[in-house]
Amino acid sequence: MLPLNDVVHLAVTGLAQGCAYGLIALGFVLIYKATEVVNFAHGEFMMLGAFTVLAYSEAFGGSFWPAFVLGCLTIGVVGYLIDAQIMRRIIGQSSASIFILTVAFGFIFRSLAGIIWGWNTLSLDTPFDGQVALGGEFAIATDRLAIIVATILLCVLLYLFFSRTRYGIAMQAASQNQLAAYYMGIPVKRLVSITWAIGAIIAAAAGALLAPVTQIDTTIGLLGIKALAGAIVGGFGSIPGALLGCLLIGIIEPFADYLLPEIKGVSPYIVMLLVLFLRPEGLMKQTFKKKV
Amino acid sequence: MQVLFKTRYEDDIRFLPKTGEKIRVGLVVAFLLAAPLLLQDYYLGELGLLLVYAIAGIGLMILTGHTGQVSFGHAAFLGIGAYCHAILMSHGVPFSLSVVLTTALSGLIGMALGRSASKMHGFYLAIATLAFLMLVETLLGEWESMTGGYGGLAVPGLKVFGISLASAWQQYYLDLFFTFVVVLGAANLFRTPTGRSFLAVRDSELSARCLGVNVEWAKIQAFGISAAITGLAGVLLAHHLAYLAPDVFSVLESLKLMLMIVVGGLGSIPGAIFGAILVSLLPVALSFLKDVLPPALGQQAGLEPLLFGLIIVIFIVFEPQGIYGRWMKLRFFFETFPYYRKSSFVRQKSYLKTERMR
Amino acid sequence: MTAGRTLSVRNLSIMFGGVHAVEDVSFDVSPGEVFAIIGPNGAGKSTIFNLISRLYEPSAGSIQFGEYDLLGLPAHRVVDTGIARTFQNIELFEQSTVLQNLLVGRHSRMSGNALCDFAFLPRVRRAEIRHRRKVEDIIDLLELAQYRDERIADLPYGARKNVELARALCAEPALLMLDEPASGLNTEETDDVGFWLEDIKHDLGVTLVMVEHDMNLVGQVADRVMAINDGRVLAIGSPDDVRENEDVQQAYLGMTE
Repeated sequence: MLPLNDVVHLAVTGLAQGCAYGLIALGFVLIYKATEVVNFAHGEFMMLGAFTVLAYSEAFGGSFWPAFVLGCLTIGVVGYLIDAQIMRRIIGQSSASIFILTVAFGFIFRSLAGIIWGWNTLSLDTPFDGQVALGGEFAIATDRLAIIVATILLCVLLYLFFSRTRYGIAMQAASQNQLAAYYMGIPVKRLVSITWAIGAIIAAAAGALLAPVTQIDTTIGLLGIKALAGAIVGGFGSIPGALLGCLLIGIIEPFADYLLPEIKGVSPYIVMLLVLFLRPEGLMKQTFKKKV
Repeated sequence: MQVLFKTRYEDDIRFLPKTGEKIRVGLVVAFLLAAPLLLQDYYLGELGLLLVYAIAGIGLMILTGHTGQVSFGHAAFLGIGAYCHAILMSHGVPFSLSVVLTTALSGLIGMALGRSASKMHGFYLAIATLAFLMLVETLLGEWESMTGGYGGLAVPGLKVFGISLASAWQQYYLDLFFTFVVVLGAANLFRTPTGRSFLAVRDSELSARCLGVNVEWAKIQAFGISAAITGLAGVLLAHHLAYLAPDVFSVLESLKLMLMIVVGGLGSIPGAIFGAILVSLLPVALSFLKDVLPPALGQQAGLEPLLFGLIIVIFIVFEPQGIYGRWMKLRFFFETFPYYRKSSFVRQKSYLKTERMR
Repeated sequence: MTAGRTLSVRNLSIMFGGVHAVEDVSFDVSPGEVFAIIGPNGAGKSTIFNLISRLYEPSAGSIQFGEYDLLGLPAHRVVDTGIARTFQNIELFEQSTVLQNLLVGRHSRMSGNALCDFAFLPRVRRAEIRHRRKVEDIIDLLELAQYRDERIADLPYGARKNVELARALCAEPALLMLDEPASGLNTEETDDVGFWLEDIKHDLGVTLVMVEHDMNLVGQVADRVMAINDGRVLAIGSPDDVRENEDVQQAYLGMTE
């Protein structure tokens, strides 16, 4: 049996990991709900976010927060442009082409990041050092706590955005029925691009917050695939489902890596394939049937 | 434009109804058959490799181009084919039996994956196949006793019916033989119910279902056939590589296959072949680029995926029908000259087609 | 031919999100009959079709076609009992030619085996030719020869409607369900549809069930009409009877009591 201390440690690591997956998943579920495009490059937004924040932080002499804000906004602009310049042109093409396109984006981003920032692992200085005591002999690393807190915060913010603001409500309408929203005078195209921007911003934030845990290199975008796996485990169509799935995957992963080091890093995929095999519609059922 | 008068039903199921097509394809076949006389061993090997990729491309094309099921995991079937064959051969199984067993095994694994995918929404499948690839890659690396692990695995020499095929031309003809089999078989598929049910599933699952197509079974079949063909390509690839390592069969390899079918033109068998030609020429282009670009850029390891990615993006955005589509347009231009209108191929404005039930 | 089967729907209901989209609907369609379903938008007409096609799972009721209990069959087996259909928003295979579309229509009558097809065995060839002959008959009947090798994506709307009708006929159905065969067609094309429906009924002996808004067309071809509103049956009877029915008039004109 594992000592209790290790269990707590692994669980906290997993929870933070799950939250990071959840943040990435949040982004692409938003995009998916708005446009039915699954952005396979979303993990790469996260990777770019981490690199950009690092670059700004170095330019500002190590101050984290301004770099964080500016970095997230930069990636937001990238997300906006990707939609406005490219995704918008291919509406109506088969979903297969669109998947392939976003995967290709992932590869382009990864190559570009490598060409710009090199292929070595870099680290980012964040204000989240040390530990926070949980009482007793247990403690939680501040960087992990920051991710958990940020996830909760971002979820609340997004909820308020979608339920309270004009833009948010318009986006909801557009995701229900694009044509009707368009007839009602809602600028659907711009809203979709803004959704991409928001998704990219969340991913970039996740990347920067996760940087102390994972370090930064060009391959951390692969976390995006694990986030996709998590979202599928929970059920892709709903944000709470996707978040729960990501948490589950995140918590299972450190335990699986600890107990079965041979399959390090692939447990999320195993869980996902199992879920898909046993319950193809995800743990939370939803209908994908098309209207006739 | 040449008008065909069809007087018999056979005219409709013949492959190359037009004389021009017959001549063109005939010339290509003649060149392929005569290639060992014309080319040096090195280029012959490259041509053989091209054929192997064409086979793999046709495998993926049947699934993604014709049935509309995206798989980012086809490099895994290439890997399964290569490893399974190498392992069987090194345990003394003869080539012919090993080819059959390997092809069948990849087909079965494909069907199992297809079964779990058959009820899935399109992108679930894309992710599931990607995850499958990562699992296979890990497995190939970790299962040392069987696969040699990350250290790699030597492929036994090529021997068919006890005859050693060591020279380049012998191996080339083996590749060519399987290419013919696969091209012919795939073309057959699309003039018979099985292939048509694939196309039906791609274009409208609903009406396919209402016309009696068992959509789930069609997807499983498409997966099985596709995986089997790709596995076969893996067998041939193993002999070209001579030494297998797990990282050969990575996501980048899948992207390469994807690139082939997108660039060639989704939904056409010639497209897969065009794609294979392009992918084979890419390394040449890359080495050229490395000379031209400033050294800081030219020496980058990321150049290859960057180029792959950019080509895919350019084709999907500007020429979604791929090289094959461009070729059809060019031909139409010459056939109808001077009556060609620029608007002949302008795409209809289309809207977001939803698959969701609201 | 599989003529002679009666379609009987009993107490059919389905709920969508707590709302009865179809509630307690019962009707019979006798062999050789033309049966029209009318009703305002959202009344549940297409839903009834989708229930019969087994695309939706009913919450209650039964659907019997001759000796077959349709609810015991998966969607892709329904056509084997002799029921084919068209869709309200055309569902053709856009990237295939007209001929290929119609051949898929024959799918239920072909026995495919992937390996035999891959090898294109002689018997596959013979079957292909046999089925292609059937398809040519339908092409002649609906005058589609000029579009034969065109891709669906290149066809005008009216022609697509015809192709969908033709594709359903290729299955040699005993009963054909037409979801708004005349919607989006001009008067001339609608007249054509009327003639074709007569032909299909008389020459091929196919039972027709159709959802249609065009009352002229309904009056012209239908033997009996069922009017529904809010998922419930208002009236079943001859076209004239239903037209005179007060409930039906209310539903259409929106009068309140």
